[in-house]
Amino acid sequence: MKKLLEEKQEAARTRVFTSISGREVAPLHRPQDASGIDYARDLGDPGQFPYTRGVHETMYRGKAWTMRQFAGFGSARQTNERFKYLLEHGSHGLSVAFDLPTLMGRDPDHPLSLGEVGKCGVAVTSLADMETLFEGIPLDDVTTSMTINSPAAMLLAFYILVGEKQGVAQTKLAGTIQADILKEFIAQKEFIYPPRPSMRIVVDMIRYCTEHMPKWNSISISGYHIREAGSTAAQELAFTLRDGIEYVQWCVDAGMDVDSFAPRLSFFFNSHSDFFEEIAKFRAARRIWARTMKERFKARNPRSWMCRFHTQTAGVSLTAQQPYNNVVRTALQALAAVLGGTQSLHTNSLDEALALPTEEAVTIALRTQQIIAEESGVVNTADPLGGSYFVEKLTNEIEAEALEYFRKIDAMGGMVAAVERGFPQREIQEAAFQFQKSVERREKIIVGVNEYTMEEKPLGILYIDEQVAEEQVARVSALKATRDDARVAQALQALKAAARGTDNLMYPILEASRAYATLGEMCDALREAFGEYEEPPVF
Amino acid sequence: MGKIRVVIAKPGLDGHDRGAKIVARALRDAGMEVIYTGLRQSPEQIVAAAEQEDAGVIGLSILSGAHLPICRRILGLLGEKGMRDVRVFVGGIIPAQDITELKQLGVAEVFLPGSSTEDIVRLIEGTASAR
Repeated sequence: MKKLLEEKQEAARTRVFTSISGREVAPLHRPQDASGIDYARDLGDPGQFPYTRGVHETMYRGKAWTMRQFAGFGSARQTNERFKYLLEHGSHGLSVAFDLPTLMGRDPDHPLSLGEVGKCGVAVTSLADMETLFEGIPLDDVTTSMTINSPAAMLLAFYILVGEKQGVAQTKLAGTIQADILKEFIAQKEFIYPPRPSMRIVVDMIRYCTEHMPKWNSISISGYHIREAGSTAAQELAFTLRDGIEYVQWCVDAGMDVDSFAPRLSFFFNSHSDFFEEIAKFRAARRIWARTMKERFKARNPRSWMCRFHTQTAGVSLTAQQPYNNVVRTALQALAAVLGGTQSLHTNSLDEALALPTEEAVTIALRTQQIIAEESGVVNTADPLGGSYFVEKLTNEIEAEALEYFRKIDAMGGMVAAVERGFPQREIQEAAFQFQKSVERREKIIVGVNEYTMEEKPLGILYIDEQVAEEQVARVSALKATRDDARVAQALQALKAAARGTDNLMYPILEASRAYATLGEMCDALREAFGEYEEPPVF
Repeated sequence: MGKIRVVIAKPGLDGHDRGAKIVARALRDAGMEVIYTGLRQSPEQIVAAAEQEDAGVIGLSILSGAHLPICRRILGLLGEKGMRDVRVFVGGIIPAQDITELKQLGVAEVFLPGSSTEDIVRLIEGTASAR
């Protein structure tokens, strides 16, 4: 008996424990692990540079995070109903998921749209669909986030025009459009045009928002998809913030004053399953961004220094097996995001490894956030884990790893150049493969997948049938029959001309949208001018 | 017997290629000849790639919900071209109710989230050697 105990203790001493990112974790942390930290220089109170402990002085005592559930499926009419349901049940803001034809700038009748219409988001083909999507939802009453990238400029134009029709000026519109094309090349791969013209579209949009939309976050620089593609926590942090640097650099190079646009840059991170590593990542994000903006870009406005971010729990961590376990995973990940000081949060639904979520599943996801906010007590004090030897050391480590990636990418000539060389893509691919192998070797346990498995009954899911596609095609045909074709043709011609020149693309896009040009038509005009990007198929 | 030749493809408009690339690499590591088509391939392009590469297996990664119309088209094209002996595997987010229909269309197997690459290798080796 004694021998067995000794063997167990010996095993605990020699076994290597790692985080989900493969980071080795020490058995105990002591004061010396956090000894180099200077409170004022490295942490600061919440609301104080370098914002390691949070961007607001009062954090959640002043205002809870925004509970923002990503939603969209089927037709604009169906999603409009889901939006109203979410708002009625305590959601604070809207977040639109578009279907793949919309994300790729294809009309529903394009051959590649086969089977995709309304499936993983809502189908929006023209301003007409956007009008339906927000019917009965006053745009000066809600904030809206739109997850769209290559065709972001068109969707922003649709949103502005819906506001206009409701009598809400664009100066009053509040929300975010993702418009982060770099992470598309890096991870999610919903790109249309080559990297450089794609960056020009982003710069045009940031300039437009800076000049006309003071309450709008012009971009949401996203690590979420980088992480979902299989990166480590430090890679997610490094590539996201380095993408941010790239956008700032391009805007500065285009002649914009850094403090004119930087306060409206926002970020979007993943909250994965390794609890402390995630909290440290969020804290490191704020410190790195604050120092980068102050030191590298000489920003003077404190708002330019603040890394404000949205968080979504990790979709990739959800299992199709024993789906109710996903409620627990999501709750832990949501708690990490809150302890990490997020400004808004989406919690995934338990059935998302199987399909788009049902209303019932979405409700549990929203209630998860409400339980954290109302019952757990974690909102009472800011950055409750600040000063933990372990969390401070982890924050330093992840920061150092990210800064090392910055050096490598700077040496390549920046993120666009690194993307063109496939550098971040390869790093992520390798990390994803290694994680898969560690699961298959059972070094990493996923409950219900490679341990604690059992037979189970299938779950009832949301099912989108093909009728949605037929109806969407019919709606577009009807639209084309009633609009002013000459005006559309002229607007598309003007868009092409602007793309070949240097004028801001937002203005001709607004005009074409007003004329009810379809998204596919506008994107095709830009395809003619910019060409299409094809990624070298390596694995 | 020569190497098993596999075309791994991402049909439709989706760009989430984590699964496709992991499977492609695992099959290559298991000694198969893997041709990865890259993103956004039409059914016609995928079948043409299989024909040109003389592949015995097509692996489709579909996460977007477009699996039924896409598989219907691909299996139809394989039939038209007299390539019925090409085994088609699908991996992705596929509702249980659609698995039966996919198999009726002629899909050899459907791999859901959480599948191990070892199982995928074993199954492909099993069916391809019986070819």
